[in-house]
Amino acid sequence: MKFNHLLMAASAAFALAAASGARADDIKIGFILPMTGQQQSTGKQEAAAAKLFMQQNGDTVAGKKVELIIKDDGAVPDNSKRIAQDLIVNDKVAFLAGFGVTPGALAVAPLATEGKTPEIVTAAGTSIITEKSPYIARTSFTLAQSTVPMADWAAQNGIKKVVSMVSDYAPGADAAKSFAAEFTAKGGQILDSITFPLANPDFAPFLQRAADQKPDAIFVFVPSGQGGIFVKQFAERGMDKAGIRIIGPGDVTDDDLLNGMGDPVLGAITAHIYSADHNSPTNKAFVDAFKKANNGMRPNFMAVGAYDGMHLMYEALKKTGGKTDGDSLIAAIKGMAWESPRGPISIDPDTRDIIQNVYIRTVERKNGELYNVEFETFPSVKDPIKAAEKK
Amino acid sequence: MTSAAANEVAAYLKRRARWSPLEIAFWVFAFATIWLFPGKYLILKDTAILALFALSLDLILGYAGIISLGQAAFFGLAGYFSGLVAKYGIINEPLLALIASGLAAAALGFVTSFLVLRGSDLTRLMVTLGVSLMLGEVANRYSNITGGADGLQGVDIQPILGRFRFDLYGHNGYVYCLIVLFICFVLARRVVYSPFGLSLRAVKGNPLRAAAIGIPVKWRLVAVYTFSAGLAGLAGALLTQTTAFCSLDVFSLDRSADLLLVLIIGGTGYLYGGLIGAVIYKLLQDWIANLTPQYWQFWIGLVLVVIVLAGRERMQGWIAAARGALEDATARVAARPAKFASDRQ
Repeated sequence: MKFNHLLMAASAAFALAAASGARADDIKIGFILPMTGQQQSTGKQEAAAAKLFMQQNGDTVAGKKVELIIKDDGAVPDNSKRIAQDLIVNDKVAFLAGFGVTPGALAVAPLATEGKTPEIVTAAGTSIITEKSPYIARTSFTLAQSTVPMADWAAQNGIKKVVSMVSDYAPGADAAKSFAAEFTAKGGQILDSITFPLANPDFAPFLQRAADQKPDAIFVFVPSGQGGIFVKQFAERGMDKAGIRIIGPGDVTDDDLLNGMGDPVLGAITAHIYSADHNSPTNKAFVDAFKKANNGMRPNFMAVGAYDGMHLMYEALKKTGGKTDGDSLIAAIKGMAWESPRGPISIDPDTRDIIQNVYIRTVERKNGELYNVEFETFPSVKDPIKAAEKK
Repeated sequence: MTSAAANEVAAYLKRRARWSPLEIAFWVFAFATIWLFPGKYLILKDTAILALFALSLDLILGYAGIISLGQAAFFGLAGYFSGLVAKYGIINEPLLALIASGLAAAALGFVTSFLVLRGSDLTRLMVTLGVSLMLGEVANRYSNITGGADGLQGVDIQPILGRFRFDLYGHNGYVYCLIVLFICFVLARRVVYSPFGLSLRAVKGNPLRAAAIGIPVKWRLVAVYTFSAGLAGLAGALLTQTTAFCSLDVFSLDRSADLLLVLIIGGTGYLYGGLIGAVIYKLLQDWIANLTPQYWQFWIGLVLVVIVLAGRERMQGWIAAARGALEDATARVAARPAKFASDRQ
């Protein structure tokens, strides 16, 4: 009967877990992020940006102290859900924020509704998320926001035949669908639509299949963090030398990894909402401060999503005068507009989704480093999927 | 003469199966947590589910010597099963759905047991792992039914018995899980202390000899594997029902591997190993992950290495003295010979 000593250890652990607590009057913001596992680059970027925002803007809003709680869900939706429930019930957070992948954001939606806690999505990019609860708002992007301008640009610039390659989950499906619809409407041709599993990114066989069909370009969407492997395997097959171009939403040329991808990625054309190279004083200040606080790490579109998410939450709290009930906060959020490092953005009062500029960029070498250099702007793009539904 | 021997054996088995005061104290404490830690229902609920899941592995690993990396197959199958029947309104009452899910998992356990029981340990590890990976891939492939990588959305779980709603605070969910855990534990305890359980131990000790004294080795293993699959399935169904959500992660290798860790911490072959291991593992994980959300896996790993390398034997040495004193006391209170209280050893 060795369980008696283990029992003692267990009760000690219980007491320890129960002992934690904090002051009731603080305003708490709970970030649920993938800090471990395959999506950890998202978590790292977002957490760093949220902390940077608090460093720059202080930890008091409307006379109340703000506490940032960062929790790791490892991009596993069951975890996201349990953590969200815990944050609502025990920590009584004013906001839930973060959500590295769409499934996590979707899993938490019913809790946001039941607990009347605003869920600020600062990373995940599937269109439907904001429709799942009246308490969800988004400061990241939707995939269609990038893919539709991408399709427009490609059709106008001599790209006729495209193979689409996307990860097999909701954002991937969104990306492929919205791109194909726009591209074929503008006279382009989709040779093949390839999907690959989200979990094990070995793209080699899929790339071979794409190469065999000799497209002008490959339209690719992979979640933030997997772009490096994709480009490497693309180059290994000599596809860059064969004149096949990479086009797609900017996830594949993620600023966080871009520098390590090397020459094969030069000339890749992407449409996206943010580049660390974006030419504005707000962005320069943001990039410098971010690099300084994080050992030279370059902020990517995830970081800017979290940074703007924090801005949105701070402003909402100011507007409500520190009131933290979900209905006042979500009302305050609707229609809010400000200048972000990525350019002017606002929250659509009808859909609670973000309206922002989308930039067409190409990868170039600048001062020895690879950057997405913006050369064309599609101003104030609304989520095209929701806009299409409305018509 | 024969009947005297039979009586003696029967009396021995009965003594062996008696609930010791420590066990009673354990369960009193377990149920007391409902009132003791009202803010911790969610983590407690997860712990109860993990405990039930670990109990299922302990049954085959600790009693029958079948090592498996594939318990997640049953966990996941029943998880999706219970989610789907609730989503499409096939079985609305959670308790019935739970039982149906457990039976579905047991059926899968029965079918796969014939594959698993063929080889030796290493083969079994691979085959069990393969089964769960295959099911995971099937769930991913048929994403129009399972939701694929997005998880099963829109699951609406009705109140238990039409009365107890799964509340946001997790109170009813935890009580539900705890009661199911207790019932399953009592069942498992009944099984392992029965002559059937004894025969399993014989098989674990030496399958050839067991066969020679007339134990139908294969069918005993099939039976316990099926039972264990059913328990794992109940754990999976509980997870889906209490979160109203199910994702591909239920089939992941991590889930099966975590289970082995839990049993390494808690020990195998005395039923409480999985329960205590689950409590320690979950609380440790929760506590460390709160301190350092980015690097908690490192610290968990370190703790596990320490436990395996230095901890267990030494800890047992420390507690031997304490246990002696405790058992003296309990024996005196219970007014029966002390040797029966420590019979399990």
